[in-house]
Amino acid sequence: MDAAEPISEQPTSWTVRTRRAIDRHLPMDHLLPVRQPYYVGSWVYVFGVITIAALVWVVASGVVLAFMGPQWWHDSSVGRFFNSLHFWSVQLFFIFMVLHLWGQYFMAGWRHGRAATWAIGVVIFGISILTAFTGYLSQQNFDSQFIAVNAKDAMNGAGIGAFFNVLNFGQMYGLHIMLLPIGVTILVVLHIVMVRARGVVKPIDPEGGARS
Amino acid sequence: MKPMGATQEEYYRGVRMVPYDLVKELVLALAGVGILALAVSAILSSPDVAPITIAAWAQSDPVDFVTTATNELAGSTTSAGYGNPYNTNGSGQAWGPIAPQTWFGTRIPIDSATTFVIQPLQRGASSNTDLGASLDTWQKAGADQQGRWTDAYTKALADASVKDGKVMVADGDYGPLPVMMSNLLGIAQTGGLDGLLMVNGRFYQTDYTPALLFMGDGSYLSGQAEQWNLLGDQWGMMNETGRYPGQTWLWLYTMWYQVPPFTSDTGFIGLNSSNADLGIIILMTLLTAALALVPLIPILRDIPHWVPIHRLIWRGYYAPKARD
Repeated sequence: MDAAEPISEQPTSWTVRTRRAIDRHLPMDHLLPVRQPYYVGSWVYVFGVITIAALVWVVASGVVLAFMGPQWWHDSSVGRFFNSLHFWSVQLFFIFMVLHLWGQYFMAGWRHGRAATWAIGVVIFGISILTAFTGYLSQQNFDSQFIAVNAKDAMNGAGIGAFFNVLNFGQMYGLHIMLLPIGVTILVVLHIVMVRARGVVKPIDPEGGARS
Repeated sequence: MKPMGATQEEYYRGVRMVPYDLVKELVLALAGVGILALAVSAILSSPDVAPITIAAWAQSDPVDFVTTATNELAGSTTSAGYGNPYNTNGSGQAWGPIAPQTWFGTRIPIDSATTFVIQPLQRGASSNTDLGASLDTWQKAGADQQGRWTDAYTKALADASVKDGKVMVADGDYGPLPVMMSNLLGIAQTGGLDGLLMVNGRFYQTDYTPALLFMGDGSYLSGQAEQWNLLGDQWGMMNETGRYPGQTWLWLYTMWYQVPPFTSDTGFIGLNSSNADLGIIILMTLLTAALALVPLIPILRDIPHWVPIHRLIWRGYYAPKARD
């Protein structure tokens, strides 16, 4: 090839098509906006970003706990502190996520083509519950023991226990520190990208107007 | 539903835009949430009640331990008659033709008598001739004879006493059971059974299924759990030890276990206490699907329009000054 062909003249290139799709649907002005509609002023909008912030702390403290191994936090005061940080970050994550969910519900945040964003948010909520559940099962303390013994009946009764054995620490730990967090993180990134691509939904009723 | 315009620019046409610093907002959120999490962690710590060992069970409540082990031999424990995925001794839960517990078969095979009693005795006391003879007697006896021994021994255990950590029962025809059980109790009290129930022929092990099933068959573990309000009828699935919040997000799931038809023997449309686990999992699956599909479900998707909470959220937008 004598010279590089201009991008605009490579219409069959998959890479070019991907770049164009990104430019069209998620330009930098949308991904990292410097302006937003003036009605985005309520504290309810903060619930989303603080949920993400709590998730960052959950993952960061979880990475330290995973690196040091499942026994560490039982024997070390530093480990216990990181476990506490993980524990309370999870609690905050769920509190903020539920507030975000209810806030979006009463704002009908799924309007104007945002139904998939809402549905993915609900899936994130569900997988987060499963992730937290496997976390409780991975603690290697009395809570883990009894939650496992108690929960096995629900899992077995629904047929899930044949594949998801809550009495198997290795399986629960692997799911908790690897597969489920990856699932939550990917879906959260997708959720954020969809929010940024579409922008914030308009208020339900007309500006300054009566209820619809 | 009004579709969004082709671009954000079209969607926001005519809407007043104001400056916004997303990165600053994210950094401030990370800092604020981090300070809060660090402060709460430093002040309140986190729960870590030590797990119960089989040794602790055998030392603290030897009668319950021996009674449980005898019931494993008799096939009368929860595990022994559980059904799938552990064995085929129970029918499992079903709701009409929906029987997933049966569909997937015995994927985690557990023979309670062999796994919890016979194998540990064979492995843990191979040089004990008295025990070897007793095990031989037990295994050569017919099922009827074994049943008579376990029946008699179980009845005697109801009035048992404990002396120097050993379980004492009235004289009777219990066959080899007293020797077997005193050996199993001795192995358990020294911590040997905690390890023997993990033996699987490989060096590394992370699966606690046999040990937890065995402990779950006794009343010691659940007795400890009851003190922490962890039982199912105490909303235990969302509780945890100490004064900590637990899995509060499971409140709805846990609630169903406290109300009819899932607490009733007779139930409603085939759902009752005997298939509560299956019924509640199905119900929660449907409710979760409904939550995800709210945008498509009339009434549910209309409630936010009827309830004026959005006018509080966007009160600046709806304020009279916004008309100017």
